[in-house]
Amino acid sequence: MNEFIEAQVAFGWEDLRSSYDVVIVGGGGHGLSTAYHLATRHGMTNVAVLERGYIGSGNSGRNTTIIRANYGIPEAVRFYQRSVDLYSRLEEETGRWIMHDRKGLLWLVHGTPGTRHERARSIVNQAFGADTVYVTPEEVGRICPEVDLNAGGGEYRVTGGTYSPHAATARHDRVVWALAEGAMKLGVHVHQRTAVTGLLKPGDRVTGVLTDRGPVSAGVVVSAVGGHVSTLAAMAGVRLPIRTHPLQAFVTNHYAGSFRPIVASAEMGFYVSQTPRGEMLLGAGIDSQPSYSYRSSYEFLSHCSLPAVTLLPFLRNLTILRQWAGVCDMSVDLSPIMGYTGVDGFLVTTGWGTWGFKGIPAGGEQMAELIATDRTPELIAPFSLNRFKEDRLMFDPGSTGTTH
Amino acid sequence: MALRLHCPHCGVRPVDEWVYGEVPDPPDHLTGADERDVDRGFMMSNTEGAKQERWFHAGGCGRWQAIERDTTI
Repeated sequence: MNEFIEAQVAFGWEDLRSSYDVVIVGGGGHGLSTAYHLATRHGMTNVAVLERGYIGSGNSGRNTTIIRANYGIPEAVRFYQRSVDLYSRLEEETGRWIMHDRKGLLWLVHGTPGTRHERARSIVNQAFGADTVYVTPEEVGRICPEVDLNAGGGEYRVTGGTYSPHAATARHDRVVWALAEGAMKLGVHVHQRTAVTGLLKPGDRVTGVLTDRGPVSAGVVVSAVGGHVSTLAAMAGVRLPIRTHPLQAFVTNHYAGSFRPIVASAEMGFYVSQTPRGEMLLGAGIDSQPSYSYRSSYEFLSHCSLPAVTLLPFLRNLTILRQWAGVCDMSVDLSPIMGYTGVDGFLVTTGWGTWGFKGIPAGGEQMAELIATDRTPELIAPFSLNRFKEDRLMFDPGSTGTTH
Repeated sequence: MALRLHCPHCGVRPVDEWVYGEVPDPPDHLTGADERDVDRGFMMSNTEGAKQERWFHAGGCGRWQAIERDTTI
């Protein structure tokens, strides 16, 4: 029995009330982090998190758990560095072991355009508070001896890269459980197996949600929904610049060696890290078709494996154990969308695409501040939905580990 | 298996050969010209279910096709 379930026995499950100050739709990392920060930072505990499956059953349980702040634009570097800092304190704060492991991230390049891009990234990172340095091929070899610096017989020769020592991984389930437990201890309700089927919107304002367990009225409804966010937003009459795409990943069997850093190559289109169990965890870009299907494909395995074994020849000796897919809310500028929607009583934290896990602590902290104070915090002001109307997109090619 | 789409010229072909083309569909209740422009430029219905789409068969006949597809399967 895991620690979270054990703790539940002590809490007991609460009945669904007919009214809350705040109803958060979606019991993933972002929804639970928002509830956790409302309770711990602002003393707001008349809060419910509604989750149609079990907590962490969506993208929070399907991602590749990478925490990093090496983004390409100042606003994003600041935001994700805040998240990196909060993650590193989360174990101490919640008293739960989330298996946070600061292993560093190598982002490799194979030629002049990539080199230029990574040099720019390191400069932007250093200027706005994230620890990222440009490294030569020799330094790459020292940090990660498994990398074939002359990959593919020179076709993918490693010409350098950036190294972000701040990058880490954590156990996704434990992050979700730690936040849920921390919120519930203070009186927040987390209702699993409670599907939101509609929104109460008698006039211009959203006043609650309809669930399969009855209506619940709310002072404010927050959507922390993953891939299915457009469907929920449409119920409030809100249009989003979001398209849902599947993202796949797989793990191999146990690798007996210790593979220390996270390694990514945008040009080769994959990234890899080792899980605490010793499996090698690989991911690549999203599937090109808009889709809500959780179907995995053989084609993904083959497209991802070929560059991976080219750059890291030791992977040839491993076997693929499991593969899975999640459905990602991809925003058009590859940056998250947080805050007001133009409809009173309805907020969103969305557009988390393939980069949601790393944003969990800061996203929740900032959304909680917005809800408690009814003012958009400075850190997330650039990520408002209004940016599309105001023509100030936050396009960030550094947001994804692979090119989309 | 990865998604396959039916092309009237080339038969059933894997999604790798195709490029998706988003068709703007601003809802009728948006009436202001600016509002409609913003919607056409950025917003998407992101339909969950059956939907009419446009796909370009780049790796085949090189033509646009109208294809009906259910995004949940």
